[in-house]
Amino acid sequence: MNPIASQGLRLRADADALAAGFPSLMAAADRLATLATLGPHGRRRPGLGAEFWQYRMAEQTDGLRDIDWRRSARGDDRFVRQMELQIAQSLSIWVDQGASMNFVSEKSSETKAHRAEVLGLAAALLMVKSGERVGLLGDPDPPKIGISQVEKMAMSLASVDRDEEYAAPAKRDLQPGSHVVFFSDFLGDWPSIISALSNSASQRVNGILVQVLDPVEEEFPYSRRVIFESIGGGLSFETQQAGALRDRFLARMHARKQALRDLARNTGWQLLFHRTDQPALEALRWIFLAMEKKS
Amino acid sequence: MNALFGLTFTTPWLLWGLIALPALWILLRSVPPAPVVERFPAVALLLGLDDEDTTPARTPWWLLALRVLAIAAVIIGLSGPRIVPDAVSSGSNRLAVLVDASWASAQTWAPQKDVLENVLATARADGRAIALVDLSQSPSPALVKFDVPEVAISQSETIRPQSWKPDYAGWAAALDEFEEFDTVWLSDGIGDDLRDRLTSIVNAKGTLTVYQSSRQPVGLSAPRLDAGALIVRVLRTGGDGREDHIIEAVGPDPAGITRILGEQPVTFDPGVTSADVAIEMPTELRNRVTQLQIAGIPSAGAVVLSDSSLKRKRVGLYSPVADEEATNLIDPLHYLRNALVENSDTFEADLGPMIDAGPDVLILSDVAILPEADRTKLERWVADGGVLVRFAGPRLAAVESQVTDADPLLPVQIRAGGREVGGAMSWGSPKLLQAFPEGSPFFGLEVPDDVLVSSQILAQPDPQLSEKTWASLQDGTPLVTADRFGGGQIILFHVTANADWSNLPISILFVQMLERLSILAAASTSDAATLEGRLWTPENVLDGFGALQDGSAFSAVDGGRLASETSGPTLRPGIYTEGTQAVAFNAIPDDQILNAARFPVGTDVRSLAGGTITDFTSFFLTVAIIALFVDVFASLWLQGGILPRRFSQAAATVAALFVGTLGSLAEAQGVDPVYAANNTVLAYVITGDERQDRLSEAGLVGLSAELTRRTSIEPGRPVGVDLATDPLELFPFIYWPVTEGQRALPADTIARVNSFLRTGGMILFDTRDANLGRNASGDTANSRILQQIASGLAIPPLEPIPDDHVMTRAFYLIQDYPGRYFGARVWVEAAPPDAVRGEGMPFRNLNDGVSPVVLGGNDWAAAWAIDDNGSPMRPVGRGSAGDLQREFAYRFGVNLVMYVMTGNYKSDQVHVPALLQRLGN
Repeated sequence: MNPIASQGLRLRADADALAAGFPSLMAAADRLATLATLGPHGRRRPGLGAEFWQYRMAEQTDGLRDIDWRRSARGDDRFVRQMELQIAQSLSIWVDQGASMNFVSEKSSETKAHRAEVLGLAAALLMVKSGERVGLLGDPDPPKIGISQVEKMAMSLASVDRDEEYAAPAKRDLQPGSHVVFFSDFLGDWPSIISALSNSASQRVNGILVQVLDPVEEEFPYSRRVIFESIGGGLSFETQQAGALRDRFLARMHARKQALRDLARNTGWQLLFHRTDQPALEALRWIFLAMEKKS
Repeated sequence: MNALFGLTFTTPWLLWGLIALPALWILLRSVPPAPVVERFPAVALLLGLDDEDTTPARTPWWLLALRVLAIAAVIIGLSGPRIVPDAVSSGSNRLAVLVDASWASAQTWAPQKDVLENVLATARADGRAIALVDLSQSPSPALVKFDVPEVAISQSETIRPQSWKPDYAGWAAALDEFEEFDTVWLSDGIGDDLRDRLTSIVNAKGTLTVYQSSRQPVGLSAPRLDAGALIVRVLRTGGDGREDHIIEAVGPDPAGITRILGEQPVTFDPGVTSADVAIEMPTELRNRVTQLQIAGIPSAGAVVLSDSSLKRKRVGLYSPVADEEATNLIDPLHYLRNALVENSDTFEADLGPMIDAGPDVLILSDVAILPEADRTKLERWVADGGVLVRFAGPRLAAVESQVTDADPLLPVQIRAGGREVGGAMSWGSPKLLQAFPEGSPFFGLEVPDDVLVSSQILAQPDPQLSEKTWASLQDGTPLVTADRFGGGQIILFHVTANADWSNLPISILFVQMLERLSILAAASTSDAATLEGRLWTPENVLDGFGALQDGSAFSAVDGGRLASETSGPTLRPGIYTEGTQAVAFNAIPDDQILNAARFPVGTDVRSLAGGTITDFTSFFLTVAIIALFVDVFASLWLQGGILPRRFSQAAATVAALFVGTLGSLAEAQGVDPVYAANNTVLAYVITGDERQDRLSEAGLVGLSAELTRRTSIEPGRPVGVDLATDPLELFPFIYWPVTEGQRALPADTIARVNSFLRTGGMILFDTRDANLGRNASGDTANSRILQQIASGLAIPPLEPIPDDHVMTRAFYLIQDYPGRYFGARVWVEAAPPDAVRGEGMPFRNLNDGVSPVVLGGNDWAAAWAIDDNGSPMRPVGRGSAGDLQREFAYRFGVNLVMYVMTGNYKSDQVHVPALLQRLGN
């Protein structure tokens, strides 16, 4: 088995473990009128779908071909067979592919990238189990249903090359009303992040922002003379007194978080600050609730 | 010579390196401590932040000082610092260096060697001609050659202490041929008149400097046997101060491995130069002793070798009635044999061959008339130093006086007929013994008042009779008489060697008397008479340090020299043999006293300690290494505070490991009563055999796992119990494997185990041998041990598990109880004899009681044992049959524990029909 495939399988297994035991996630249909694709979610109202819903008396506007002759033959009235309206939600996840995600400090046990991938895949699994479509934001293919889609996503996440220092979300055409979860540390160039997110927001999707950080990024436990190197090695910063920088660094970090909050407020999106030393399940539960609330 | 506080340096130019230290200081100071490189994703947020304080961090002064110290220590260390005392007053005369190199020198050889090296080095620096003289060599003027110091230095490498004292007289003559030289003498500290002569001669030729250890030489002189103890004299010179030594008796143990068989401390009080040490040992051990030595003193003088005089005696027994179908207790030799067997080798044969075999002692029981050939042989043997012990008897009493008078092999003249006192047909009462007279070898032995003599032979009155009498009865008649005959001795017991005439042979006194006689019979080889005229071959010789070397390289010596001369180059201390006899020749002759060496007033006498070179290289280098280590940790600590975190983690890990180890140790040490009380815990007896204990534990782990899997009994982890200390009442079941090392239990432990058994506990005894290897009485080694163990336990009568025992159906239906073995019987408490089978019932009505013990030998633990991965530890059977056997072993275990837990519950089932019937009504 090639290493990427095995890594993908491991991711999948971790995500499985996280998603196991969760209640099935039934995404509510929002603005169903605007939805073009249908999924197996009965909306308890007549509409387009595969399941029988009710017979109703034919009206003048109904075409002859709409009349259910088998039913109508039993009596004098003519009936039209109506199907239950079915819709499908779709979920796109985006996991930051920047090198900065590939970091783990001594205070944590897994890299930010791994945590983000597992959370994303777990959310995808939950969606898939309730019959929704899932996909990666970067993928050319639209979201699909089925466990195999999650496995494909896992492979695809595992094979990511993290050669860029920081990454911004892809600008893609999204299905309006679908859920999009962005996993990132949001530490990169702010204008490019905000432009990419605005692009998504303008397509009227339900965005969920999850900022995944390592504990040391929030604590900055350094002192004395330190050379800080970015994970990709492209950036470095030397200081003689790292301890003296702490407050100013934390202020900047706070400002970045505040900017994210502002963005979330403006777009109506939801925002989670998550640290890799916190339990993953907590974050997944939050994502689950966020999707339910919105839909 | 670059001297600094008495320090000298072998390579002083290296010290110039110290000049570079200030430069190093400045250099190190200007280099800031190396930064720590940290990976940090949020660098982007840091970019553009400036340090408020831009002065670079400096290496702190104390770290600098530490580094400079380390480098200084390296430089000084490498330049070879050493303290060399003023070796010898310099002079221009040629120099004779005398080295005693005797066994006494060996005791302080290492410092002497240093002094010698130092003296030669100094003389070489002064450019003096040197003659190095090894006084232990045979004296010859040719050996005294004044030459360039290099020759002496190369010679000095080959000097070794020898196991003898130098021939001072010879050397005095040899050195007297030279004029005008100074002398340095490495003295061994032992003086005598001959040495004084040499001293005065060299003192007259020039200045004399003496190096002598402040430690007094000690030595041992030849051991002897006295009243069953080895007596050895420890000698020393001078007699200043108190000194403690330990004397060790060394010899092969029964396995043939040389080891210390006995030891005895000895203390010299101030002013005492010799001390006698008695080493008391059982004869059996004493016979094995091959040498005595002073512990920790490597010197030929501190070792004495033992020869045949300390060895077991070979005793020949002869009785003409031996073949008369006498039963044991009236066999004339029976008591002798039993008395002698402990500390001598006895053998029996016809008289002629026996004398040829050369016994140390010959015992004749009731021999009156000997064939002429044997008689002459015997006479020659006794005359050559043999000891002949004769016992009287009816035959001796019966012969005419003329015959006995003519017998030279009797110590006294015998009156024919003998006498009876206190017999059934005679007046008077049996006679008691008198106390042994002084001069008798039996003197000092306690005479028991129950040794009675009822018959004896009498000696003809003779003026010399009392001298020859070693023991007599209370009426003054002799019991034991003795006389010398040539080099040997003849001893006559006036009673029989069996209990016919007296009960002496069955009393302890008899054994004690024989023991004394055996000692008397020591092959007195150190006598000049025995030694002279024979050629003795060295078998082992001692080197100067007291180690035995193969002696075959040295030529045989005449016995006369062994008797008269002291050791020397051609007569090395060691073991010399001739034929079957061996004689020890020791470095220190008997009766010698060690005197301290004397030197004329004004002689420069120095101690060896003052002459040794003290080397400080390793000291300085160690300081440097320690400083560098401290530096490593200090700099890591300085760098970013990362170290303390890691360090504390490491420390925590180490501490956790330590605590864990302690914890597991504690666990192994005793039972946690809380744990045992809160859980159902199977227990095993700690046997002390680590392998078996591990196996027992693994076996019970395996059984516990199967119980948990199959039944509602869910035991905790098994524990090992020490029957003597642990609370047994907490365990329902104890597995007790019987191992070879186990012994019967002490009384209080027996009480504890009995109370455990009485209060419902069960012990499964496992002899682990499947009853294989039984001896004639049907016991195996382990079952005998089990018998020992169980002898005090309250174990009820046992029977093999009957077919209807509850054990066969407590959980599984089983009929066999295999472990690693199968087929061996398993025993449980016997059913009451009145148990009857109920009508229509397949089982007898055995309702009450749980067998307190189950006893078998199928090695169950081995079959149950699983390792940490849950796989079996020991193979059982072969292939799938083995798996089946293991399964049945588990079933037995399950049934057994079920039986322990539920008792006769299954047996109660016999009542079910009756109960149902009653319910129906």
